[in-house]
Amino acid sequence: MKVVYPREQWCVACNLCEVACMTEHSKAKDPLKTYLLEKPRPVSRTRVEYKQPRALSLMCRHCAEAECVQACKNGTLTRNEKTGTIELNQDKCLGCWMCIMACPYGVITQVIRDERPVANKCDLCPERDVPACVAVCPNRALVFEDRG
Amino acid sequence: MLYKNPYNHYFDYVVQRDLDKCIRCKACVTQCSYGANFYDYDRDLIYSLDYNCVGCMRCSTFCPTDCISIVRNPDAFRINANWKDNNIKDLYKQAGTGGIIITGMGNDKPFTNYWERMVIDACQVTNPSIDPLREPMELKTFLGRKPDKLEVNKEGNITTKLAPQLVLSTPIMFSAMSYGSINYNVSESVARAARELGIYWNTGEGGLPRALYEYGKNTIVQCASGRFGVSPEYLNAGAAIEIKIGQGAKPGIGGHLPGEKVLEGISETRMIPVGTDAISPAPHHDIYSIEDLKQLIYALKEATRYEKPVSVKIAAVHNVAAIASGIARAGADIIAVDGFRGGTGAAPKAIRDNVGIPIEVAIAAVDERLRQEGIRHEVSLVAAGGFRNSSDIVKAIALGADAVYIATSALMALGCTLCQQCHRGRCAWGITTNDPELSRRVNPEIGVERLVNLITAWSNEIKEMLGLMGINSIESLKGNRDRLRGVGLSEIELQALGIKQAGM
Repeated sequence: MKVVYPREQWCVACNLCEVACMTEHSKAKDPLKTYLLEKPRPVSRTRVEYKQPRALSLMCRHCAEAECVQACKNGTLTRNEKTGTIELNQDKCLGCWMCIMACPYGVITQVIRDERPVANKCDLCPERDVPACVAVCPNRALVFEDRG
Repeated sequence: MLYKNPYNHYFDYVVQRDLDKCIRCKACVTQCSYGANFYDYDRDLIYSLDYNCVGCMRCSTFCPTDCISIVRNPDAFRINANWKDNNIKDLYKQAGTGGIIITGMGNDKPFTNYWERMVIDACQVTNPSIDPLREPMELKTFLGRKPDKLEVNKEGNITTKLAPQLVLSTPIMFSAMSYGSINYNVSESVARAARELGIYWNTGEGGLPRALYEYGKNTIVQCASGRFGVSPEYLNAGAAIEIKIGQGAKPGIGGHLPGEKVLEGISETRMIPVGTDAISPAPHHDIYSIEDLKQLIYALKEATRYEKPVSVKIAAVHNVAAIASGIARAGADIIAVDGFRGGTGAAPKAIRDNVGIPIEVAIAAVDERLRQEGIRHEVSLVAAGGFRNSSDIVKAIALGADAVYIATSALMALGCTLCQQCHRGRCAWGITTNDPELSRRVNPEIGVERLVNLITAWSNEIKEMLGLMGINSIESLKGNRDRLRGVGLSEIELQALGIKQAGM
């Protein structure tokens, strides 16, 4: 299964992965409109964590043994058996935040959708060949690979 | 801005930000290593301290909405042909600090550029040009002493004992940039690119980091007046040894690596304590004559069992031809001449901008002198100092160089925008800094690709230019000044370059 891997030694903490992620998951698909017009503003599914001189952009690891799937009580979070990725169905989400509690990487966030908060996480950009964050990274600090 | 010293408050650039397009993503804030961009949480606004801006364009290239433009500060002194902006600002700076003004990169003053006053010949009708896409074109270059004559036995094998040679796939090498002045990632990019291209890179005077010994076959190790990092193992690690006498950007003075840049790895490689300034003496204290130079050349040859060519690098100065002749007679295999547009990691501005001569005339003078003395074949001539494109290289070879050294162009391939702040060790492009946060900005994976692309592109252009001259080997272009003509040069300039006026 191909997922996004951060390469800590090359992250320059420019935040462009966050901009690309938000834009990709916006209605307008344009960074200006995404940031300045969309209400509520989309929330990035990856986050640049840094305490210089270290930095890395971290998003859902699509774990083999996913704590979030085990914690989710109504099947909002499921594993796609075909692709192996962890999928999140925001329509189903009740906002109990058990997944946020369970995630060992802290990569599940909250977003306002249809006027209520729901869970939000990396979906590997299903409409793109390469996830937006990987495509935008200027220093190849994010790679989309199958490492088995 | 409030507690400023008005006499020192003249700055060069302004960060213009179109706030209608700013999305507050803070890319510009994180990327600026000079503290010019700030995010104000209270006002949800990004603003700039323009006097910190060095004009490196890191922020404007990273802005995802292109809302930033770096513009020249419109705040202008009264126009004065004698007192130009930089004269005035430098004077104020020195009146405020009492210090020597240090700067980076090469001479940026508008001296005559002879490359731009020379044009290349082409074949028409009477002599056919060659199409490099359809016919073989040879760029392979050998650097080192050539024999007076070649003896061949009946089987057709060469029986003359040949001096050691450097074999280049294309007549371009990466010039000396020391580990410390540039960081490990940049050194690695250059070394890997050299190996991939089949050319050579030069360690500069800072020694060779242990992890780069594997690139030894494509490495020229340098031995400068400070002898930083020089050991028998180091001398034997490379393919050739270069004695650095001078550097084009600062002829007559030694290198200076500020203590702030001397971190763990650099300290280990240079064999000096962490945090100490690495100051190379202006002269080699064991070289006060050609005879002394000869001793060092042969000491190095002895140390490497006469298996490696020894190069001597000098800055292009007024008497360069006579000096080069002495170096050739001292036993050097290669002479590298560095013109005054050559770059540096740190040099006094007054020296960088006023000392030395252009590489164009230096190469012409050295080649001419060595030919007159009948010793041109005893040394190879490498030109360095401000090569910007393939046509500069073709012209240098036609003037008499065997190969060229490039360094500024190589750094530009890695992102350098010539902001001239190398000496500060805060390079926003991650090149001339050892800060672990900033040096990550050069990823050797990308760096190698870009360097290989650049040299490949230039090599292809050189082949095209050779083809249109009807030449199928770079060897036939060397010193072939008849293929050059001068445009807009005085008679004495044409004479110095040894070329004819266009139309003649």
